[in-house]
Amino acid sequence: MSRVFDEERLGVLLRLLRPAPMGWVRAAQELPSARLVFDQIVERAEADVAFRAALITDLEHALAAEGYEPDRRVLDEIRARIVDQ
Amino acid sequence: MNRFSGLPDAELVRACRADDVDAWNELVERYSRYVYAIAVRGFRLSDEDAEDVFQDVFTRIYTRLDSLRDDSALRPWIAQLTRRRCLDAVAAKREIPAEEVVSEEETSDLGDVEEAFEVRNALATLPENCQEILDRFFTRDQSYKTIAEELEIPSGTIASRIARCLVRLRETLEGRNEPQEGSRE
Repeated sequence: MSRVFDEERLGVLLRLLRPAPMGWVRAAQELPSARLVFDQIVERAEADVAFRAALITDLEHALAAEGYEPDRRVLDEIRARIVDQ
Repeated sequence: MNRFSGLPDAELVRACRADDVDAWNELVERYSRYVYAIAVRGFRLSDEDAEDVFQDVFTRIYTRLDSLRDDSALRPWIAQLTRRRCLDAVAAKREIPAEEVVSEEETSDLGDVEEAFEVRNALATLPENCQEILDRFFTRDQSYKTIAEELEIPSGTIASRIARCLVRLRETLEGRNEPQEGSRE
């Protein structure tokens, strides 16, 4: 189907798709590594009762003590999966 | 540009399923403006809500890619995921069920986003210098002066370069130019 575009309309359409903030894009691109961290923590929490208890007591402190530095979203997911259960 | 830049969506999806990190980076790059535009222009979400929607949509894409039945239907699937999440965000703000958020919440820009995505794809088939100058001027709001300085070209030629590139873009969209390379559709 052939359509007609004038330059003014093209300008409007080009302006519509502005770049998302770089930090958002980077966070989305880092999802695979964030999921890996999430899976590791959940797997360990399921196998290690003491670790699980520590997470429930103080999630952020317990993770930091073990060298994990998950972002807010991963923290929220871990909280929902392990702490709030 | 990376090895996935010109790949059709279906092949990109297959590479993402095979846990190729570069493919995932390209998928995010390809659709980040689209998801952002639906949230911010289509539904006028605040930055805070738009960021939540944006991250949640890409998390869902990443974790549910196996549920996509037709790999070439990536865009409509992403559009649907984003639209639903935006409706949820609007509903949560108003404390009503998402089904009660009427379609008037969607602005007329939402329809234009689809067309804008096609224009963006056509832009990706133009020579690099055209992509660069149109992107800087229209989506990054750079002045002629800034563009001239950063691209090291005379500022007096910027307007005519933009005009020429717009003509090429128009011709591509109207089917008068064969895409050179990297066409995704």
